[in-house]
Amino acid sequence: MFLGSLGTGLLLTGCNTDVSAPTPEIAKAAEDYFGRTPKEAALIEELNSEQFFNEHEMETLNILCALILPANDEYGSATDAGVPDFLEFIVKDMPHLKTPIRGGLMWLDHASNSKFNTEFQEASEENQKAILDTVAFPDPDKPGWEQPVQVQFFSLMRNLTMTGYYTSEMGIKDLDYKGNQPNIWDGVPEEVLQKHGVSYDPEWIAKCVDQSQRGVTAEWDDEGNLIT
Amino acid sequence: MQIKESSKIYDVIIVGSGAGGGMATKVLADAGLKVAVIEAGPYFDPAAPEQRTQLKWPYESPRRGASNHRPFGDFDSAYGGWEIEGEPYTQKDDTQFDWFRSRMLGGRTNHWGRISLRFGERDFKHYSYDGHGDDWPIGYEDVKPYYDKVDKLIGVFGTKENIENEPDGFFLPPPKPRLHELFYIKGARKSNIPVIPSRMSMLTKKINDDRGICFYCGQCSRACAVYADFSAGTCLIFPAQKSGGQIDLFVNSMVREVTTNEEGKATGVSYISKDDRKEYKLKGRVVVLAASACSSARILLNSKSEQHPNGLGNSSDMVGRYLHDSTGASRSAFIPDLMNRDTYNEDGVGGMHVYTPWWGDNKKLNFPRGYHIEVWGGLGMPSYGFGFNPNDLNRFFNQKVGGYGNSLRKDIKKYYGSTIGMAGRGESIAMKDNYCEIDPTTVDEFGIPVLRFNYKWSEHEVNQAKHMNDSFEEIVHNMGGTMLQDAPSKASNYGLENPGRIIHEVGTTRMGSDPKTSVVNEFQQLHDVDNVFIVDAGPFVSQADKNPTWTILALSWRASDYIIEQLKQQNI
Repeated sequence: MFLGSLGTGLLLTGCNTDVSAPTPEIAKAAEDYFGRTPKEAALIEELNSEQFFNEHEMETLNILCALILPANDEYGSATDAGVPDFLEFIVKDMPHLKTPIRGGLMWLDHASNSKFNTEFQEASEENQKAILDTVAFPDPDKPGWEQPVQVQFFSLMRNLTMTGYYTSEMGIKDLDYKGNQPNIWDGVPEEVLQKHGVSYDPEWIAKCVDQSQRGVTAEWDDEGNLIT
Repeated sequence: MQIKESSKIYDVIIVGSGAGGGMATKVLADAGLKVAVIEAGPYFDPAAPEQRTQLKWPYESPRRGASNHRPFGDFDSAYGGWEIEGEPYTQKDDTQFDWFRSRMLGGRTNHWGRISLRFGERDFKHYSYDGHGDDWPIGYEDVKPYYDKVDKLIGVFGTKENIENEPDGFFLPPPKPRLHELFYIKGARKSNIPVIPSRMSMLTKKINDDRGICFYCGQCSRACAVYADFSAGTCLIFPAQKSGGQIDLFVNSMVREVTTNEEGKATGVSYISKDDRKEYKLKGRVVVLAASACSSARILLNSKSEQHPNGLGNSSDMVGRYLHDSTGASRSAFIPDLMNRDTYNEDGVGGMHVYTPWWGDNKKLNFPRGYHIEVWGGLGMPSYGFGFNPNDLNRFFNQKVGGYGNSLRKDIKKYYGSTIGMAGRGESIAMKDNYCEIDPTTVDEFGIPVLRFNYKWSEHEVNQAKHMNDSFEEIVHNMGGTMLQDAPSKASNYGLENPGRIIHEVGTTRMGSDPKTSVVNEFQQLHDVDNVFIVDAGPFVSQADKNPTWTILALSWRASDYIIEQLKQQNI
């Protein structure tokens, strides 16, 4: 008899009952994966095997991303954080982005050639910024799709650059996001409550979890009152 | 080639491995029965390194978690979505029903919100209360013992509140509210809108040795590698296997129909293996359908035979009818008092720590059924889309929007965590004319005729969505905030989502005592065929303003106990 695909029993690794995180072995073994199905993994491989932007376009993106988000004393620029490579992937993954970005990059060169008789990447930073200043501030009274096409291009580039940066390792540090790791949530820090002028209702808090008892197996009386 | 037929005869064949199928597997296998579980998708274990997405960083996905492939983002644990390649469905007239399917062991329980609410006394008898829809043939007192058992087996946090029609249970203690939730509590209470701790199935405290305890990463939608949240695979099927249950798991197997004999009794099922695209048959004494309300209806309607010319269990012509989903409308808002935040790890459990149960008196309102409000916000992990329009909120301060350069860094930090969102999830009225049926002109890639949907919202749901929006606006006003979108218009049904969008579809094989107007009896046994049961949300007579999972689990357990009893008595 043929059994379609017979499920293979148990994988209870990482199941623990104390306060610690999944075992380091799981974390280690998982480094090479991010949970793709074979089909999803094949698509990523396929996209990575193609190259959309040419060398000139990549160079222009390197400059443009660093103008949108330059380095400061603590952190690198969006380009340092790898945003151009993210852009190369995302336009292949979201093909509707290809033409607006390729066309927008062409426009940058056209604007620079017209005004400064040189391509955008060869122009001085001052001149590059002079071009960006003409497209960086959308009319606040109009919806995005009614903005001139160059303004739309720059807004798209700003969005993708910012999202690419803040989803990078560098950007997450810069943002000071502190989660995505094992934690014992025990409420908002007192100084934060004070800063924002709110406080916990003692009656509410009395019902909340006592984290020192989290490892003790729950038991209830017949009325559903927790007794452990 | 002939259909390959198994010689083994199972006591029970269970179609589907989500909440209903998972619970039936656990109860029936624990009772010593030989069980086959058939699942249309692959094996899934959130602890398996190659399948795990929990604790991944956005940059581990080349698309930074964007939702252009998986509908809730790259890290969400649903293999499937509203559209699945090779598995179409169609719409009648101008219907826009969106049908979400997860093809994987555990089904949609791997990514769901874990909001685990009991239906109340009124929810089972709502026709008697307001004259809409129908009463269930059972009441809260019939289901309560099973809700109690589900609470203790699986674990749900919450608090005893003694609110009418919001039954308390055996709760684990809830987590403390986050900062934006304290603002929400303040804003809602100013308008006498109640807020209570959420009731969700994550383990804030140990319940047994098989499951881990929540470590507050806020990623339940990714499924938990230490099994600290409820998924049918990790909490029902794996433990049943571990305790020695006789369970054969058939994954990547798409059931076509329930097979029957000359007497019209079920003999098993036929399915197509996705691995070799061949058809197989399994034999069983009892067939339990748990493929999801619409999928189970589809299987019944496709199981035509001489004895059942209208499809299995469909002598009443009711299979597929009374399909209904929860209503949904949502808005977001900017709260200036939440600007310039200090950062700390605020991930908490996945989803909300507080929520608003229905508080209104529908007899004084222009819609008959209630809704609850879910709330989101906080210092979440960035993913694709974070940083878009980085200083758009400047418009509220008459400051310039747009630009470039290092000032954008300050804008991002200034506004990080200052927006909140609210979503209403309400009860719609089950209607005979909202249904799914077989579309005889379209097949899926397995050659199985697909479903066609016919669904219209009524005035009840549209008026309810208007009320949701009014409530959101009032609460946000009380919080000193500003809505981020204009109020939706009547022309857009006040932002009421398409049916199917809330992924709570129920009612297609509803229970009742009259075989002419219902598909299953109160033990979820087909009126027409006594060895076929349905344990997904198909048998729901009405939806309630509660999420359906906890009731699916309780009713599946109840139906499974009945199956064991009937097998013992040799009635089936």
